[in-house]
Amino acid sequence: MAKQAIINEFREAPPRVSEWQRFFRVFFQRKIVLFGLIILALLVLTAIFAPLLAPFSPVRGDMAESLQQPSWKHWLGTDIQGRDSLSRLIYGSRTALAVGFGSVILAGVIGVGLGMLAGYAGGITNMIIMRIMDALMGFPMILLALVISAILGSGLLNVIIALSVATLPGYARVMHGLTLTIRENDYILAERGMGASNIRVMFMHILPNSLPSMIVLITIQLGALILAEATLSFLGVGIQPPDAAWGAMVADGRRYLLTHPWLSISPGIAIMLVVFGFNLVGDGLRDALDPRLRGIL
Amino acid sequence: MAELLKVNDLVTQFKTESGVVKAVDGVSYYLNEQEIIGLVGESGCGKSVSQLSVMQLIRPPGKIIGGEVLFHGQDLLKYPANGPEMRAVRGAKIAMIFQEPMTSLNPVLTIRQQLTEMLVLHMKMNEEDARARAIELMGLVGIPAAERRIEGYPHHFSGGMRQRVMIAMALSCNPHILIADEPTTALDATTQAQLLELMKDLVQRLKTSLVIVTHNLGVVARYAQRIYIMYAGRIVESGTTKDIFQRPRHPYTIGLLKCIPRLDEEEGTKLVPIVGLPPNLINMPATCAFLPRCSWKIDKCFKEPWPELTPVNGNHFIRCYADTSEYKK
Repeated sequence: MAKQAIINEFREAPPRVSEWQRFFRVFFQRKIVLFGLIILALLVLTAIFAPLLAPFSPVRGDMAESLQQPSWKHWLGTDIQGRDSLSRLIYGSRTALAVGFGSVILAGVIGVGLGMLAGYAGGITNMIIMRIMDALMGFPMILLALVISAILGSGLLNVIIALSVATLPGYARVMHGLTLTIRENDYILAERGMGASNIRVMFMHILPNSLPSMIVLITIQLGALILAEATLSFLGVGIQPPDAAWGAMVADGRRYLLTHPWLSISPGIAIMLVVFGFNLVGDGLRDALDPRLRGIL
Repeated sequence: MAELLKVNDLVTQFKTESGVVKAVDGVSYYLNEQEIIGLVGESGCGKSVSQLSVMQLIRPPGKIIGGEVLFHGQDLLKYPANGPEMRAVRGAKIAMIFQEPMTSLNPVLTIRQQLTEMLVLHMKMNEEDARARAIELMGLVGIPAAERRIEGYPHHFSGGMRQRVMIAMALSCNPHILIADEPTTALDATTQAQLLELMKDLVQRLKTSLVIVTHNLGVVARYAQRIYIMYAGRIVESGTTKDIFQRPRHPYTIGLLKCIPRLDEEEGTKLVPIVGLPPNLINMPATCAFLPRCSWKIDKCFKEPWPELTPVNGNHFIRCYADTSEYKK
C-alpha cells in the first residue's frame, strides 16, 4: 500500500500557517527586536511595581543625606534635597509611560478619526480638516507643546494634552493618506453596493485595513513622545517637582555634572534605552505587518 | 411578465479638468421579472457607469444629470444617494457583482464576516443564523468544505472561488435584480463557463432577474433573452438575442459579430476588425458617433444628427439611417 500512501499525501492539505503564527515568526526572527521587547517589558514591570522596587520615597528626602555618592544604601546616590536617585528613577518610569500612552491614545483616536473623515468625505470637509492639520504641522512639535504647556500650566494632564495637540497632525496625515488609498479599492465599492452605510464602510472596512500601518506609527510615536516629555520637563514646563520625571532629573543634575555625574547620566540612559526599545519594536512590527515585506523570511 | 426595472433617458457625466465626459448620454432600457438581459459594448462605452448610476454608486466628479430609474414603478433617483431608502435597495433588492474578484473582497476580514454582514444588516438575522445561512449559500455556489473554509480569509481562495463568494454574497438577501458587471472577464475560460452556468442556474431558481454587462457577445449569446448594444454612451441597437445574432441591423453590431471567430467558417476566413477608435466622450460630435468607423455610411449621416432609436421590426430597434436590411452573414 505504499503507492496509496503517496497518493494520500497529495490529498492532504499542506499545514496551514495562521496569520498570527506568521506574524510571530517574522516578529521574533530578529533577536534585536526581542531585546527591544525586553526593555519595554522591564519598563512596564518597573512602572507597575514601583512601590515595591523603590527602596525609598521618591518625593521625601533627608536633607542630612543631600548629594551623597553612590553607596550600598543609595545605589545611584542622592540629589540636592537628599532624595534617593534610584527611587526617583523607578517612579519616573510611571510618568514616562503615562505621558507616552496618554498622548498616543488621545492624539491617536482624534487624529485617526479626523484623518479618516477627511479622506473619506473629501470635498469641503477634507479641505477644512486637513488645512487645520497643515497649520498645526507648521509649528515644530516641541515649540507647539511649549506654547500649550505655557498656556495650560504644567502638570501631567496638561503635558499629555500639549503633546497630543502637537502630534495630532501626524496621525491625521497618515490616516488621511491611507483612507484615500483604501477607499478606491473594489471591495469598498462592492460593500457600498451591498447597502452598507458610510459609517459602516469607515469603521468596518477602512479602519481595519489601516491598522497595520497605524500600529507601527503609534509604536514609534511612543518613543518620540517619551523623549518629548523629557524635553518639556527638562525645560521646566513639564512635570513639576516633587513628582519624578526623567527630564527634570537630568535638568536638576546638570549643576552637579562635574561632581555627581550619575544624577544626570542615569535618567539620560533610561530615556535613551526606552526610546531605543520603542523604535526596535516599531521596526519589528513594521517588518511583520507591512504587506510589501510579506513572504520574505 | 411584469416590468421590474425601467431606465428612462439616464444621463451621467464626469466633470474633469479637460472637460465634461458624457459617459452615459440618454440611455433607456427595461428589465422584466425573471428575465436575463445583456448589455454589450467596448471599454469606455458607459455600460458600467450606467449600472453604477442605477445603484447611485457614482462618486464625484461623476454626477447623474438626469433621467429616471423606475424600480417597481418608483424612481430611485429621487432618493438621496446615501440615504436609508437607497441603502435598503442596494444589496437587498438590487445586488451587484464586480469584475475583479481578486480585489472585491476585503483582505482583512474573514469570508464569514463578509458573508454574514449583509444578512445581519438587511435580513436582521442574528450572528448564529447568519453563519448557518452563509454556509448554506457557500454550498449553493459550489464551494466545498464550506464549514471549514468560511473562517478563511480571501487570500485563501482562488479567483474563481472568490467570484463564487461574491455571487453568494450578492444573492444572500434574495435580490430582485442581480447586476453582473463583467463577472467573468478576469477569469480563465473554463471557470468563466462554470460561473455563467452557475449564475444562470441560481437566478432561475431564486426567480431573480439578471443584467449581464460584458464586452463579450459570446457570453450573452447563450444566456440573455434580450440584448442592448451600447456605443459612446448610448444604446445603438436593442432586440431579442435572436434578432441581434441572426438579423443584426446596426453597423456597429454587424462589425462586432464579424470579429467573433466561428467554428463553422471556411478555413482561411479572416476576421474583420472594426477600424479606428471610439470617439472622445468629451468632444462628442452632433452626428452619429460611429460615423468615422462605419462602412455603411450614407450622405445623410453627415448632415443629420444622430437619430433616435427607431423600430425596424417589432421589438428590434436601431439608431441608424443606413439601410442595412440586406446584410447577410
